[in-house]
Amino acid sequence: MSARNAILKRLRERLDGPLSAPESDFAVVTNRGWSQEERLARFARWIGSVHGEVVHADAARWTETLAKVLADKGVRRLALGKEHPVAAEARDALVDSGVALVDVARDIEQWQREQFESVDAGLTSTRGAIAETGSLWLWPSPDEPRLISLVPPLHIAVLDADTVEDTFFDVVERHGWASGMPTNALLISGPSKTADIEQTLAYGVHGPRELVVIVRHAGESPGVTR
Amino acid sequence: MSGQNPVVQTYSPREFHRQAHDALGNPQIRANFRKAMDGLMAKRSESFDDWDLETLRELGANIRLRALAKLPDLLERLEANCEANGIKVHWAEDGEQACRIIREICESHDARSVIKGKSMVSEEMHLNAHLEEAGIEALESDLGEYLVQLNQQTPSHIIMPAIHLNTDEISEILHDKTGTERTRDVDYMTAAARAQLRERFMAADVGVSGVNFAVAETGTLCLVENEGNGRMTTTVPPVHVAVTGIEKVVEHLRDVPPLYSLLTRSATGQHVTTYFNMISSPRKDGEHDGPREVHLVLVDSGRSRIYQDDELLDTLRCIRCGACMNHCPVYTRVGGHTYGTTYPGPIGSILSPHLMGLDDTKDLPTASSLCGACGEVCPVKIPIPDLLVRLRRESVGEGRGNVAGAGVKRTRKEAAAWKGFQWLATHPFAWRAGTSVAGKLRALTPGKLGAWTDYRTAPKPAGTTLHALVKRHQANRSEQAGKSHEEERR
Repeated sequence: MSARNAILKRLRERLDGPLSAPESDFAVVTNRGWSQEERLARFARWIGSVHGEVVHADAARWTETLAKVLADKGVRRLALGKEHPVAAEARDALVDSGVALVDVARDIEQWQREQFESVDAGLTSTRGAIAETGSLWLWPSPDEPRLISLVPPLHIAVLDADTVEDTFFDVVERHGWASGMPTNALLISGPSKTADIEQTLAYGVHGPRELVVIVRHAGESPGVTR
Repeated sequence: MSGQNPVVQTYSPREFHRQAHDALGNPQIRANFRKAMDGLMAKRSESFDDWDLETLRELGANIRLRALAKLPDLLERLEANCEANGIKVHWAEDGEQACRIIREICESHDARSVIKGKSMVSEEMHLNAHLEEAGIEALESDLGEYLVQLNQQTPSHIIMPAIHLNTDEISEILHDKTGTERTRDVDYMTAAARAQLRERFMAADVGVSGVNFAVAETGTLCLVENEGNGRMTTTVPPVHVAVTGIEKVVEHLRDVPPLYSLLTRSATGQHVTTYFNMISSPRKDGEHDGPREVHLVLVDSGRSRIYQDDELLDTLRCIRCGACMNHCPVYTRVGGHTYGTTYPGPIGSILSPHLMGLDDTKDLPTASSLCGACGEVCPVKIPIPDLLVRLRRESVGEGRGNVAGAGVKRTRKEAAAWKGFQWLATHPFAWRAGTSVAGKLRALTPGKLGAWTDYRTAPKPAGTTLHALVKRHQANRSEQAGKSHEEERR
C-alpha cells in the first residue's frame, strides 16, 4: 500500500471511533464597527509601531509625494511595473526626475543580480490594508512580481485610504479570497526584522530595511495631516 | 569560548537528568533564558490587552478540533486542490521517507545547494544531515537557525532557535566562522548575515520551507515570519519544497485569521508578524518570478498513531507557538537543549514520546511540576498537564498501553509498593496499626531517601497520627460541651 493510502486508512479506521466536528463562531474576529477615520488612524498607529512610515497625499497629487520620498531617501534606481495605474502615473511623473526607472516585467533569471544589488527601491500598489494589525494586502502580478516588495532595501507601497478594512477576517470574507487565490497573497506589516540576536530588534535582515506607505486620499478628508 | 572552536555538544533525552544538572550549573545559560522568557511573557500578556482572550482561545481550539475531526477528508481535499493548482503532493510514513522524497526531488534537478526557511519538521527528520550525506549542502537562512548551524548546534527553542546565545557569543561565532569583526553592534552583525545569505539565495537550486497552516479549501500554504527569509526561500530558487506534519491542515481560509492572531501574540507578543506569505501555486505563464515547481511533503511520523486515542489527540491541535515553553518554570531554568529533543519544553514532553517512544523519552513527562502554566497559556487550549500525567501513567504501565515504549518505567518493587499501600489504605485496622508503629519507630527513619534527599531533608513520620489528633480533639470538645451544658442547667 502507498504511504498515502496507509496514512489515510489509519486515520479513517480510528480506534476510538469517528470524531464530531464543532461549529465555529467567528464573532470575536470581526465587526469592529470602526469609522474610516478610526480605521486609518489604527492602521497608521500599528504600522508605525513596527517601523513603517506613513505619508498622506491627495489622490490627485500623490506622485509629488512620491518624488519627495524618493529624494529624501536618496533613491536613484526605482523598480516598478508599467500597466498598473500606480506604476503608469509614477512613470509619467518621474520622467525628468533623474531617478532611473527599472522595468520589473522581466523574468527574474535575466536580471537577478541586478535586482539584488543595484536597485534602491521597489514601488508597488496594494489591494487594501487591515486596521487592526497595520497590515498591507498585496497580490503580486506579472506587472508587480513578488520580489519587488522584498529584495530592494526600500519598499514604497501606495494605499488608497478607502480600502482599509477592520480585520484580516473581514478582508478574507468580504473580498472572497476563498473563491480564487492568486499564486501568492501577502500581508506586509513593516520592514523585514529580526530579534534573533539576544532579543534586540534589527531591521532589514533579509528584506527591506524601510517601508514607506503613501496613503492616497480622494478629495478633501478633514482631520488628516498631509 | 573566546576565540577557540566551541566543542560540539550533542544532547539526548536519555541524558535528561545529567543535562539538566549541567544546565542548572551554567549561570550564562540560566541568565540568557531567564531574561528572554521574562520578556516574552510580559509581551504576550500585553498583546492580548484589547482582546477577549478566552473567546479567541475557544475559537482557536474549536477550529483545530474541527480540522482534526475531518482530518482524512481534509488531507484529500488539500491534495486535490494543491494538485489542481499545480503543486505536487507527496506523502511520507516517517522522517526517513520524507528525507528520501526531498533528496530525490533535489537529485532530479541536479541540485547541489538547498536554502532553508525555518522548519521544525525538517529538524525532526534530520533533513540537513540526510542531504549532506547525499552531497547536497543545506543552509539555514533564518538568522537564528543560521547562527545555530554555524555553531554546529540544534535550536534550543522552536520560535527563537538561538535564544541560548547572547550577543557576545554570537559575535564570536560570526567572527570565527565568517570573519566578521568582533562587536556588540547587532545592526552590523545582522547586515553581515544579510550579505552572506543573499549570495546563497541567488545560488540555491532548491528552497525548503515549513508550513504554518495548509488550507484544504484552496490548496494554500501559509508561512508566518518576520525576516523575509521565508519569502526568499519560497520565491528565489527555481524549486520550492514545503514539508509539514499531516496535522497542520485547516478546513477553510477563514479559519486562518483567528489562528494567525493567536500564533503571533502567543509566540512573541507581536500583534502581527512582518510577513504572512500565502502560496497557492508555482509560477504561472506570464509571471516573472517564483519557483517553477512547488512540492508539498506531508509527513506522518507517529501522528496518525496519536490520532487513534481521544485524549492524546489533543496533542495534534498544537500550532507551534512556543508559549508553553516561555511560561514553563522548568524550561526557563534548564533551557531547550537539556530535553535532547527537537521540540523542547511542555509541548515537547507530550509530543516527543510519540515521535521517539517512551524508551528514550521516559524522563520528559516528569520534567514538570504540573503547575499548569502551559495549559493556561496554550492558544488552542491543549490540556498539557493532563497529557503529562497520562504519559506518566503510560510509562509505568498504568495507561492504555498504546504509546510506544509504554511500561518502560515499571519496576516490580514500585508496583508492589503501591499495591501494598492500596491494601493498607483500604483496611482501617491494618492502617491504624501500621501508622502507630511508624510513629513509634520514627527515630529509625533513614536520612537518605534517594533523589528526594539530594536537596531536602528526609521527612519523619509524626509521633501521633492526624487521625489520633482529630479523635483527641473531638473528645475534648464533647467533654467541654457536656460541661457547659451542665452549667446552663444550674
